[in-house]
Amino acid sequence: MNNLGLFLGQSFAQNALLAAALVAIICGLIGPFVIRRNMAFAVHGISELAFTGAAAGLLFLSNALAGAVIGALVVAVAIGMLGVREKERDSSIGVILAFGLGLGVLFLSYYRGFATAATNILFGNVYGVSATQLGFLIGICALVVVGLVIMYRPLQFASIDPEVAAARGVPVRALGIIFLILLALTVTAAAQIVGTLLVLSLAITPAAAAMRLSARPAIVATLSVAFALTAGAGGVLLSLASGTIKPSVFVTFLSFLIYFVARFVVAPLRRQ
Amino acid sequence: MSAITLTNASLQFGDHKLWQNLNLSIEPGEFVVVLGPNGSGKTSLLKRMLEDHADQCIGYIPQQRGFGEDVAIRGYDLVRFGLDGHKYGIGFGTKKAVDKAIKAVGAEDFAMQPLGKLSGGQQQRLRVAQALVENPSILLCDEPLLSLDLTQQGIVSNLINERRTKHKTAVVFVTHDINPILPMVDKVLYLVGEKWLLGKPDDILTTKALTELYGSPVEVLNIHGRLVVLGAEDSLHAEALGGHHE
Repeated sequence: MNNLGLFLGQSFAQNALLAAALVAIICGLIGPFVIRRNMAFAVHGISELAFTGAAAGLLFLSNALAGAVIGALVVAVAIGMLGVREKERDSSIGVILAFGLGLGVLFLSYYRGFATAATNILFGNVYGVSATQLGFLIGICALVVVGLVIMYRPLQFASIDPEVAAARGVPVRALGIIFLILLALTVTAAAQIVGTLLVLSLAITPAAAAMRLSARPAIVATLSVAFALTAGAGGVLLSLASGTIKPSVFVTFLSFLIYFVARFVVAPLRRQ
Repeated sequence: MSAITLTNASLQFGDHKLWQNLNLSIEPGEFVVVLGPNGSGKTSLLKRMLEDHADQCIGYIPQQRGFGEDVAIRGYDLVRFGLDGHKYGIGFGTKKAVDKAIKAVGAEDFAMQPLGKLSGGQQQRLRVAQALVENPSILLCDEPLLSLDLTQQGIVSNLINERRTKHKTAVVFVTHDINPILPMVDKVLYLVGEKWLLGKPDDILTTKALTELYGSPVEVLNIHGRLVVLGAEDSLHAEALGGHHE
């Protein structure tokens, strides 16, 4: 544990903690909507395609993050356009995902920079977050939080009860597209911390755990953010303490542990 | 002034024509039932009414689609959607109108439980509360009694009927089985293919009128107070009025 005190005084660790916390907040907020809209697979699709975008970004712009944001946005809009109906959506995502990943591998095979840059996209590199990237993350988080707060009620209505929402004049389709854009931004931000392959551990697992414990939307949202923060910031702290193991490992472990306890220990106890 | 008016309204999917040149006006407090075989455009008729009266406050009970456990909301939240779900922002606090609507359908005991854990009848009572929470002048119901047992059918249809007698709410009620609500009905709109027939139940639900509407022999029987239509679909089986569920 001596590492921890030593590291916490340094800016790379502080940046990493701040980045993890910011990303955890927006993942925790957006997670319940993702589950209510049945879009876990879309999250996975968007994050895999953020990988393609990042690979393209490395190759053409020498900037993986910018590439990832663009990639994720393109995919989000494509999913929104192609898969209007829930039944069609998953197959559309599967089609886009498979093609996009192939494209990503192609980009990487032409990339002649540091090989670690590629693995960082897949598994995250929160210690490499620069001051500029941190500013970028803060911007994304602000946008997602403001967007979700404004859309909170109609988005919830449209996610759970789309027919009546449409009858009451809620712009269900437009909200769905805006939601996908916010989701794409969140996924890209989360990919910086845990990597594109492990985004679900922050964007789904904490919300799924929260929904096992409460049916009150406000409590679900609060718990989901708290769980995501515990996993995100806790993962970085444990990684610092360990000295050698990547934060993504601890983030995924912690979030799975929270889910396991919520589902198999706390929820059954509450039912009694 | 009529609550709902349709003038020369028609429905068509590609080359497939359904009701054509439909004229209909529904007065406040009137209870109109929409009958017809599967795929005769009953739900689309409700959707058309919603579109045409978008500026008015309309209560809408959609065709039942049970809620799963992973929606993680309570009955209370579903009812509240009807009040302010369309407004932007978060919306804090509780609302008296929501409590009142929940009480009116007798759902106080289970409104705070997770929606996914409630029975079909309980969910449907909350649906009624949701549709009525903003005191609409029009209530559109799409098969609201589907998959409910007889007791629950009675409770839900009485709630709807009470509403229109007390508050003069116009009710449009799409159903397969008119029997549970027959005493409440003012008018029947019967849709078959491109044709339709509108009138009092006694005038429409007769062997003569329906045979003419279907263009094939149809028989309306009264079996111990229950109306049953024979031969209404392509094959000869009891349909439309007689407790047929798919």
